[in-house]
Amino acid sequence: MNASAVSGRKQPLMYRLPVISHFRSSVGLQRGMLVTGLVLTLGFLLTAAFAPIIAPYGFAQLSDAAGPFPAQQPPSPAHIWGTTVGGYDVFSRVIWGAQTAFVVIVVAVAMSIFLGVVLGLLSGYFGGWLDRTLVVIADAIYAFPSLLLAIVMSIVISHGQSSFWGGIVACSVAISVVFVPQYFRVIRAETIRLKAEPYVESAKVVGASSARIMGRHIFKNATRTLPLIFTLNASEAILTLAGLGFLGFGIEPTSAAEWGFDLNKAIADASSGIWWTGVYPGMAIVLTVLGLTLVGESINDLNDPRLRGRKKAAAGKGGPDSTAGAQAAPEAEARVL
Amino acid sequence: MTTLTEAPLNDADGLLPSKKKSTGGGLGTYILIRFFLIIPTIFILVTLVFFLMRVIGDPITAAQGGRLPPEALAQRIHEAGYDRPILVQYFEYVGQVATGNFGTTITDRRPVVEMVLTFGTATLELAINALIVALLVGIPLGLIAAYRRDKAPDAVLRFFAILCYATPVFFAGLLMKLTFSAWLGWLPVAGRASTRTELAMGSLAAPSGIYWLDALRSGNMAAYGDVVSHSILPAATLGLLTAGVFLRLVRTNVIGTLGKDYVEAGRSRGVSNYRLVTKHAYKPALIPIITVMGLQIALLLGGAVLTESTFEWKGLGYQLVQYLNSRDFVAVQGIVVMLAVIVGVTNFIVDVVAALIDPRVRY
Repeated sequence: MNASAVSGRKQPLMYRLPVISHFRSSVGLQRGMLVTGLVLTLGFLLTAAFAPIIAPYGFAQLSDAAGPFPAQQPPSPAHIWGTTVGGYDVFSRVIWGAQTAFVVIVVAVAMSIFLGVVLGLLSGYFGGWLDRTLVVIADAIYAFPSLLLAIVMSIVISHGQSSFWGGIVACSVAISVVFVPQYFRVIRAETIRLKAEPYVESAKVVGASSARIMGRHIFKNATRTLPLIFTLNASEAILTLAGLGFLGFGIEPTSAAEWGFDLNKAIADASSGIWWTGVYPGMAIVLTVLGLTLVGESINDLNDPRLRGRKKAAAGKGGPDSTAGAQAAPEAEARVL
Repeated sequence: MTTLTEAPLNDADGLLPSKKKSTGGGLGTYILIRFFLIIPTIFILVTLVFFLMRVIGDPITAAQGGRLPPEALAQRIHEAGYDRPILVQYFEYVGQVATGNFGTTITDRRPVVEMVLTFGTATLELAINALIVALLVGIPLGLIAAYRRDKAPDAVLRFFAILCYATPVFFAGLLMKLTFSAWLGWLPVAGRASTRTELAMGSLAAPSGIYWLDALRSGNMAAYGDVVSHSILPAATLGLLTAGVFLRLVRTNVIGTLGKDYVEAGRSRGVSNYRLVTKHAYKPALIPIITVMGLQIALLLGGAVLTESTFEWKGLGYQLVQYLNSRDFVAVQGIVVMLAVIVGVTNFIVDVVAALIDPRVRY
């Protein structure tokens, strides 16, 4: 691998950034997976950012200068992916849906990271009854079907349906309730491990306050794994949002475009052979989740030396070698033995 | 657990905080301790759901506010006891749940337990079918992926596993409907059985509620075929969701056991690679699957809600959505709490089975 990793010499900042360093240490199939994931994710982000420019119509638009849109129209030049039973343009709604999904992911994951990290730090650092209570609650939530919990939360917050921001917040909170226990577990375990490290002990001896030790010494080291959980959770957030929308507990169609809601309407169409209302929003979900999952998976594999494919040791800086990955794995195991 | 990170071999043990404290002890002690660990889990979920559902007001106003005059509404709220302090109601509810009384639904005035039993059998049938599909697809493919590690078949199968996870169940269901019902016309679009079979099932003396079992017992082969043809698409849809998880799990664990000393010893004696995978590495790798199967119950139940809505499979999930839409929160609360109990008990059973098979799990 990189000689610098062994010698401990610092690399330029750019090469130490999460995704870029992962890309540099990947070979063959793993690099392919990472690149596919990155391309799909980038496509999703660009679609979300430029939705107003890409989409020919608004997400709730039912007519244009030529008159009202026909309902259940198969793909045609005017509506390249056809129209729904309600007369919406499928292409426009799929494009706008990316924006909704993006906002929900960001809000939901930001909320759960914040709560999970704070609770995990407190719980792991102080221990005692607080720790025990939080662990039992987190385990109870963790064992329960997440979708049901999200449904209950979305009823509590918005009584079912609501406006754009109301719906976004409701969905995000519902999703984050499911995720907080996951972040909590990871951060708590790391905090407990780090608490015993000499540098934390010495900070205590010097007289640093608990807040400072947690905020400065433990926080930075405990949050290394977060990029991985982030990508995995982002994909789960999309699935949960779509699930809520599919069951009718998402955002109203006039407030925002949401893929799950569109699929709900498309189920009835499928029986009569109308495919374009369901296939496109569905493919949007699959590709987005696929992209995020591939990135997360690759990062996971590349973080774990046993799963990481290797470049040939002798070749040094030699280019990616597709056979190296296959050969390196047994070697790595032999070294462990 | 719905994330794709593979559970390490002993992940389930991490759920049991008391593990390190107890010393020695046999299977009996383990089962007892594990049994008492269900209670706090269920208790917490009951508490959580109760207070969440009450934050938005009392169930009767939610269900029938606007439809009844204010006096009649107040009268009904008073009769049901929803005007008392919330803590009094809470302790009463916990007491009821402890004695197996989950309340009566508001919209159709049925005891929740009876309603859950009626629709639960349909969900159970769907879950069993899906689990069969998942095991039939997941385990062999996982073995192949481990056997051909880092080769083309492995790459394809791993991608397939991620695809299984990335496809929402309702979209998978929609694609199957489009392909097999709308275009090819091989299988029925939705429902558990055709109307004629439903009627035949309803007229049975002591129905178990599981249609294929009832059809077999009554010897009605036409009905049996009908039930099976209705089951295929929902079972495949929900099964594929879990199959991906099993595939990855089998692959990781078989690869793990293939690196063990005894497999190495077998290899040095000249045992073929095929035989090593199928005879030596396969069985020890199955133990974590049993544990993870327990964790999958939650995923399966969540997926069942969506699958049932997609295929109008009249089970608990379908019914839950109906009650949610009619704002009958007593029924919703009842179903959610019952599901919490089911998840808790299943996890308990799975842990006991794992302990019976693998002595290392006990402490």
